[in-house]
Amino acid sequence: MENPNELKYSKEHEWVRLEGDIATVGVTYFAQKQLTDIVFVELPEKGKNVEQGKQMAVIESVKSVSDVFSPVSGEVIEVNDKLKDNPELINNEPYGAGWIAKIKAVNKDELNNLMSADDYDKFVSETKH
Amino acid sequence: MGELKKTPLYEEHVKLGAKIVEFGGWEMPVFYSNVIDEHITTRTKAGLFDICHMGEIFVEGKDAFNLIQKLITNDLSKLSDGKCFYSVICLENGGVIDDLFVYRFNDEQFMIVVNAGNIEKDFKWFLKHKDFFDNVFVFNRSDETAKLDLQGSESEKILQKLTLFELKDLKRFSFVESEVNGISALISRTGYTAEDGFEIYFNAEKAAEIWNKILEVGAEFGIKPIGLGARDTLRVEACYSLYGHELTEQINPLEAGVGFVVKLEKEDFIGKAALLEIKEKGLKRRIAAFEMVERGIAREHYPIFKGDSLIGDVSSGTMSPTFKKGLGMAFVDTDEALVGNEINIKIRKNLYKAKIVKKPIYNFHGKTN
Repeated sequence: MENPNELKYSKEHEWVRLEGDIATVGVTYFAQKQLTDIVFVELPEKGKNVEQGKQMAVIESVKSVSDVFSPVSGEVIEVNDKLKDNPELINNEPYGAGWIAKIKAVNKDELNNLMSADDYDKFVSETKH
Repeated sequence: MGELKKTPLYEEHVKLGAKIVEFGGWEMPVFYSNVIDEHITTRTKAGLFDICHMGEIFVEGKDAFNLIQKLITNDLSKLSDGKCFYSVICLENGGVIDDLFVYRFNDEQFMIVVNAGNIEKDFKWFLKHKDFFDNVFVFNRSDETAKLDLQGSESEKILQKLTLFELKDLKRFSFVESEVNGISALISRTGYTAEDGFEIYFNAEKAAEIWNKILEVGAEFGIKPIGLGARDTLRVEACYSLYGHELTEQINPLEAGVGFVVKLEKEDFIGKAALLEIKEKGLKRRIAAFEMVERGIAREHYPIFKGDSLIGDVSSGTMSPTFKKGLGMAFVDTDEALVGNEINIKIRKNLYKAKIVKKPIYNFHGKTN
């Protein structure tokens, strides 16, 4: 699957889509593929401040528990409540309906710490071997 | 720990695209497609498991019966030729060394099937105690013995295509020395999934041949290879113990809920005195099954509360593919281990509602005679 060009990616396999000063974040196709069947998502609390690189959510498959690290810093202004009943949305549409949270991003310079789609593709292919 | 061991089917798992993980010193497939799919396939059709990592210890000679009877908690005098049963072996203090299956060929020949991570420990335990008897030989034939589990409602139809033995005549907990695809094999009607099915033992050199043949003839019945991930979720739903979780040397079999294989009325066996005393004093804690009331997955070691009091901890927990909710087993203070009791389980920072339910959560679905 193509990793969309307009997104930025972290080494921990999160993505961020910046629209104005609102960052939508989720986990990548590669991440959900590694986790396989996602059965539970612990969402961040609305109104909570998250920091780039710090744990913000938890994703569980049948056999594993994985932290999701926020790719940007800011205040959580919206969470994807649909994931409570349909955690598999992350498997089905990691870059769409499977988004996790919207963050009011304070510092756009943080995006410089993230990878482009091309760089992320390379990073993933190196991780695999 | 030394280098990880591989079963004779390792290359087959790689070819099938399995995700491989470490389990008890072995490199084992955790899943091929995904855990939920493999779990449901076993519950509805058939699944084939590579269980070559488990151990087979043979006990032979005129005192074979006496040695085993001295070590196991179950009563060997109740086991007839061609039958097998579950038991545990205990330390003097009643802690569980291992849980195992005893197969009786005749009164001088037995096979003991033990957990992969305990093979050396168990073998030494048998060797240490055989010196009390004149005529008994103990052999560890784990490396040269392959074991495949074929589980699920379609298992009989699949295996019947490969053996002349009339499988419908094989009762639960019975076994036969026959053949599979022309290769000598021991077939027992047993398993670890709570479905009908078989455990098949044969020469390890033939492992890939029989594995591939079963998958080939089982294709029309929807068979799939199943990894250890689904093996675990299947046994948790059935509330079967797993050594290292519900059973350890720090846990006695009575609190672990396997008292049905502890025969305190039989002649002396190792651990009997301690277990009699434990029973007399009463159990402080015991195993219980639980289901989540609130959405969440309680996993091993998560603490359990009633009000502000810590009353236990989870021994095995998972999302159940059959019931589509979190469930599992836990050690809980005896007076709280009551069906219907509402409890709270701490998952990371928050408490989630759960309740104690009847064991097993998933009832046995196979042949019962």
